[in-house]
Amino acid sequence: MNILIRIKRFDPERDSKPYWDEFRVEADPIDRLLDTLNTIKWTMDGTLTFRRSCAHGVCGSDAMRINGRNRLACKVLMRDVGNKVTIEPMLGYAVIKDLVVDMDRFFEKYRSVKPFLITYDNEPGTERLQSQAQREVYDEGTKCILCGACTGSCPSIWGNPDWVGPASIVNAHRFIFDSRDQGAAERLQLLSRKDGVWRCRTIFNCADACPRGIPVTDLIEQVKRAIVYGGPEEA
Amino acid sequence: MPEHQSHSYCLKAPPPASRIEEEMYKGQSGMWSWLFHRISGLGILLFLFIHIVDVSMLSFGPGVYNQSVVLFDYVVVRLLSLALVIAVLYHTFNGIRIMAIDFWRKGSRYQRAMFGIVLAATIIVFIPMAYYIMGPAFQWLTQAPHAATTGH
Repeated sequence: MNILIRIKRFDPERDSKPYWDEFRVEADPIDRLLDTLNTIKWTMDGTLTFRRSCAHGVCGSDAMRINGRNRLACKVLMRDVGNKVTIEPMLGYAVIKDLVVDMDRFFEKYRSVKPFLITYDNEPGTERLQSQAQREVYDEGTKCILCGACTGSCPSIWGNPDWVGPASIVNAHRFIFDSRDQGAAERLQLLSRKDGVWRCRTIFNCADACPRGIPVTDLIEQVKRAIVYGGPEEA
Repeated sequence: MPEHQSHSYCLKAPPPASRIEEEMYKGQSGMWSWLFHRISGLGILLFLFIHIVDVSMLSFGPGVYNQSVVLFDYVVVRLLSLALVIAVLYHTFNGIRIMAIDFWRKGSRYQRAMFGIVLAATIIVFIPMAYYIMGPAFQWLTQAPHAATTGH
């Protein structure tokens, strides 16, 4: 199939503003969009810049705005995008070049919610046991690959770049609701501040954008309820 | 391939700036529900200011008040009243939806269905209210010509 690809490009060394570039590419319906971007980069225009690493939907490098929605280029098939594809860098991040956005603040916010196991008891002699039901409670959050698609789809972030954002809350949820973790109170305290969970307006763009199918808004709502009710709900 | 050809892409002139256009994020029902909620909220706030002014006319006596509320009889103002009714109804029902999302465990899962219910409820309640608001503006259709001219 012959496809017209429009890409919003920006080279800070040359352009004062972003501009639309167009490429006509021959692609197989079961090619991924990432393959097509590689075709452009390798055979048509080597200056086209985008991130990709694993190319199999696990590393989360190639999140971009495809036909108006945040998606991973490696998880989108050509047959699903139509004959005319629009590709833009994600909103809510500063564009470094073409489709590459600055993720520094994203990871800064991610680290701010303490996304690691916190324990205060003496270390147990055996492993920290957990029932299947207890594991199930935070299962969705463990699927996050930190691609930033949810945060880049969130109008609250577009309006207020200081907001902690959905991805950070998902990763806070993963530990707040982990029965082995003892840092729930401090994380909930961090998230109840001005730029914490309350800037979520339940818009659900994040849940739609997540390439891992995480019900992001639902997890944020669970964290909100944990703050209101003074702790995570039991399994 | 000659050198100048292999590097030709470096020499490509920047395209004209006029080709830049912003496209809206294609959010789904959730984004629209939020956007309508914001707009309707601001609209209701705007009406509140007008409402404070029109009610405060009472302090100047019944004559002034009666004269000022004649404003709401104009067809244009009746149409604006329709917009107000839509805004209040939508904002009310969607507010309930948002509370359900916040406090009901399954709220997020059913948010899309609830948005459908919100829209349906808004329209169903709007229709009879619209009838009462716009009815008097169309009296000239149902009345004899002389009655319409001596209406006020």
